[in-house]
Amino acid sequence: MAVVVNRKALTFWEKLYLPAIVGGLKVTLKHAYNTLILRKVVTMEYPEQKWTLPADYRGAPYLVKDQDGNTKCVSCQLCEFVCPPKAIRITPPGDTGQKADRTNAEKMPAEFEINMLRCIFCGFCQEVCPEEAIFLQQDYSLTALSRGELIYNKEKLLSLGGEVGGIQKWKLKLDEAKAQENFPVKL
Amino acid sequence: MDWNFIIFSLVKIAIAIGVVQGIVMYSVLAERKISAWIQDRVGPNRTAPPFVKYIPGGIFLTRLGIFQPLADGLKFLVKEDFTPAGVKKIYFFLAPAIAVIPAMLTIAVIPFGSNLGAQKMVIADLNVGILYTFGIVSMGVYGIVLAGYAANSKYPMFGGIRSSAQMISYEISMGMSVIPVLLIVGNLNLSQIISWQSTHGWMVVYAPISFIIFMVASFAETNRTPFDLPEAETELVGGYHTEYGSMKFALFFLAEYSNMVSSSAMMVTLFFGGWTLPFWGLDHAATSLGMGIVQIFVFLAKMLFFMVVFIWVRWMFPRFRYDQLMDLGWRRFLPLALVNILITAVWLWLRG
Repeated sequence: MAVVVNRKALTFWEKLYLPAIVGGLKVTLKHAYNTLILRKVVTMEYPEQKWTLPADYRGAPYLVKDQDGNTKCVSCQLCEFVCPPKAIRITPPGDTGQKADRTNAEKMPAEFEINMLRCIFCGFCQEVCPEEAIFLQQDYSLTALSRGELIYNKEKLLSLGGEVGGIQKWKLKLDEAKAQENFPVKL
Repeated sequence: MDWNFIIFSLVKIAIAIGVVQGIVMYSVLAERKISAWIQDRVGPNRTAPPFVKYIPGGIFLTRLGIFQPLADGLKFLVKEDFTPAGVKKIYFFLAPAIAVIPAMLTIAVIPFGSNLGAQKMVIADLNVGILYTFGIVSMGVYGIVLAGYAANSKYPMFGGIRSSAQMISYEISMGMSVIPVLLIVGNLNLSQIISWQSTHGWMVVYAPISFIIFMVASFAETNRTPFDLPEAETELVGGYHTEYGSMKFALFFLAEYSNMVSSSAMMVTLFFGGWTLPFWGLDHAATSLGMGIVQIFVFLAKMLFFMVVFIWVRWMFPRFRYDQLMDLGWRRFLPLALVNILITAVWLWLRG
């Protein structure tokens, strides 16, 4: 059934446009007052002001050292194989290469490169790493003057990465498993 | 040959054009800043020559965007002056000039102060000043129409056609709206109109309807929102200046803002007492040099107020539809202006 909606004819006062004009002027003036006097600006002036990132933010992946200052990476190349955009390239030491400088590691990467132009910050490398040697950290605005500069090598990745001691991955899994003993599950 | 007259006229012309150009430059900045404030933004606040940050107060000026117009101007100057294939060359080059020249010429008859020493602060004190203004202003449409035609492209053509219809329609209402003012004063000379206002009070009190029609018509004449149909970015790409770039585009910009300046100046002169203020002894022609300078600043302040209104309105209203525009011009303002003339005439006749 068709419903006829009657359009209300404009009154003479409304036809003058004046009320609408004054209303519009008021609205814009209020906004100008808020911005100018009360300083309620929606703009964030980016390089000076930055977002507060959440703790689990996925930024650029960097290599980390353990508490003794050793490179945690053991050159297993899992991250290289899992990397969807093929940003990671690991050169293994080979038969004649340098031996691992700590006891419980078999080998160390001769070179570890991440091409930050290819990297999509997906976090698969961090997920797959058995040694917890690579972490996505809080950097998101990487700049350089050439493409070559954005291929980060091992020294650069280690110096940017900082230090994360021990291996926490299995501890977390254990905690999760323990938590599941109690029902209902709380995570 | 009166050398004195020639030299002083040239000086006045140079200063007036310089000041107008300066106002145009900074009204572009004002446009951007005011739009930003209205839309809860910050506006241009980065551009500065490198040494400025070492000058005290330099950072504050940079935040205000004071150096932005310099960068804008430089950008226009160094951009490639591109001429699209298929344009009608002569008209394409002629159109920006034809748009700018009338916009500049209008300023010649506007009294921007009483006098400095023995010099009247008006470039040409014509006794038909207001007719001259209307004659010149109506030439402004040729630049736009020619630009639309010369570009040999659809959207500029639409812009040009719209502009010709719009400007002719509102020209009539504008001319009609001023007639009551002329009836009341009994003189076409703008200086005389100001001196009448200094003894009787501002004209806006005597002819408020005239003022409203004149103001709306001058928005239409300068192609400002809500009447910016000739350039209507959202529907016509850029209207008549779609095919223009570099300095030629800048000239259209210059013309638009110069038109705003001269419209504001005309509104101040006709309806708000020009360089006079009703107090502090500023209501009569200056006797000292200081007074003369103060009066020039009074005029500039009033004019800048109307410039701000022009900008303010732009960031408030949506564009009129074409038929609404025509309806408003021909069926509302023209009859209203005629009735206004009649009422003023009858009132003057009964009183006199």
